[in-house]
Amino acid sequence: MLLWSRSARRWVWLAFAIVFGAIVLAPLAILVLAGFARSWNGVLPTQFTTGHLRDAVAGDQLASLIVSLQTAAIAGLLAVVAGSWAALAVPAAPRWLRRVVDSLLHLPVAVPSVVVGLGLLVAFSQRPLLLNGTRWIVLIAHAVLVVAFAYSTVSAAVTRADPAYAEVAASLGARPARVLWRVRLPMLLPAIGAAANLSIALSMGEVGATIMVYPPDWRTVPVTIFTLTDRGNAFDAAADTLLLLAASLVALTIIGRLTRGHAAHR
Amino acid sequence: MRRAHGLWVLPPALLVAGVFGYPLVLVALQSARTDGGAWTALSWRLVTGSHEFQAAIGATVLIAVAATAGCLLLGTFFALVIAFVPFPGARLVSRLVDTMLAFPSFLIALSFTFLYGAAGVLHAAGVPISGFLYTRWCVILAEITFYTPFVMRPVLAAFTQVPADRLNVAASLGARPWRVVRQVILPEALPALAASGSLTLLLTLNEFGIVLFIGAKDVTTLPMLVETKGVVTFDYPGACVVAVVEVALSLALYSLYRWVFRRYERSGSARPAPRHEPDQSPGGDRAALVA
Repeated sequence: MLLWSRSARRWVWLAFAIVFGAIVLAPLAILVLAGFARSWNGVLPTQFTTGHLRDAVAGDQLASLIVSLQTAAIAGLLAVVAGSWAALAVPAAPRWLRRVVDSLLHLPVAVPSVVVGLGLLVAFSQRPLLLNGTRWIVLIAHAVLVVAFAYSTVSAAVTRADPAYAEVAASLGARPARVLWRVRLPMLLPAIGAAANLSIALSMGEVGATIMVYPPDWRTVPVTIFTLTDRGNAFDAAADTLLLLAASLVALTIIGRLTRGHAAHR
Repeated sequence: MRRAHGLWVLPPALLVAGVFGYPLVLVALQSARTDGGAWTALSWRLVTGSHEFQAAIGATVLIAVAATAGCLLLGTFFALVIAFVPFPGARLVSRLVDTMLAFPSFLIALSFTFLYGAAGVLHAAGVPISGFLYTRWCVILAEITFYTPFVMRPVLAAFTQVPADRLNVAASLGARPWRVVRQVILPEALPALAASGSLTLLLTLNEFGIVLFIGAKDVTTLPMLVETKGVVTFDYPGACVVAVVEVALSLALYSLYRWVFRRYERSGSARPAPRHEPDQSPGGDRAALVA
């Protein structure tokens, strides 16, 4: 115990409540209110409506929600496969290669997302691959931005995992592919699930690289939200943000269920 | 056999090199070349000599340093209260903070327009804050709100490693709470503070969503400048120059962060609990870069 007097504890709690409320809770609460506000002339909204949310699941906004979900799923899958593959293969590589690959796969964390976007614009507006103006450039951008997180999540689990299981399986005559599939991957499944979770959460909210590269027919939710605020439709933007959070949460719950279900089976 | 195993790492590595490394190299080349392919320092001279660029560097560094300092202060305070002066619901609070790690940063900026804008809550309540939304201080406050969890989480993990006996002994020997915090608790959390502080500094230097959504005309940071030059005015070489400067700045910081992180991993006593269970909270492993 740090504070022994009751009144001191009360003062600290009061300070915590004020600071935490003003800095963390207030912005979140305000956003929820704004998503449901019909008119907001006083301190708090005077009338409420579900109209903004209904608009958010119709027309262009619904289209961009579907785009975002597809982008998150495809980019997340690419990043998790590439990241897990690298994490599994790195320990067997020669020392110099290990260092190079490890740095390369950690690096996208350190590079600003707009620069990743700019790089893709520069690289894929010229030969040999012309992807500028297609949805592929958005998918690549998202995959690049999340691969580092997927890699570091899975490789942390690889270092923690007990190598004895795989060694025993191999000594009993299982071929490397079988050891990988039946022993090593199932042991890493929770980490792979966490990597998928993280990839989807990051991809759903990505704005920096997307705004650099998106074509008109592949607009993700954050870009739509930005367009809405830019035009002054702040309430619609707030409702769309709430929808984005809800959709991410549903996607994350599904992945959580899937990976946990498998883990229980083994 | 062993050599063959080592080559399995090549497919994903080459893929990442192709879609990430190669574009970065092209950005560096484009910053110093004409359309015809001849070398030139023109873009570099134009951009680095411009007032806009110099102001952007200043603003970026100021915002990042101030926001990081704020996050360290607030994150430590929150973690101290949750770990050592716990209240009913403290666990709920720390779960909420974990969830916030998965939110997009522009969400904070958006709600700030409702809080601090010309038609916002505080204005309606009679608080004289007109214009605050479009200042760099507002950007700093938004970044503090968003990035505090990145500090709080690892610091809280370090705090929970401090044995309660040690606090009790210090207190029974007559140390006042403030002295216990300074001499017993904080030294334990120093590596976590250093690692999370440098990660936050890196992320705030690169922050784009918050600045974009607040949309203050007078607050231009380096990522904003890359975006404006790249997709608004289509000045690719200019955008590339800014990008190279930014990447250099970030990489310098990132190597510092890795160095601190490695020392932190080695200093066994102050190590946070190894997390055998991968975190199922959505934002969990974003912070695992630090924890």
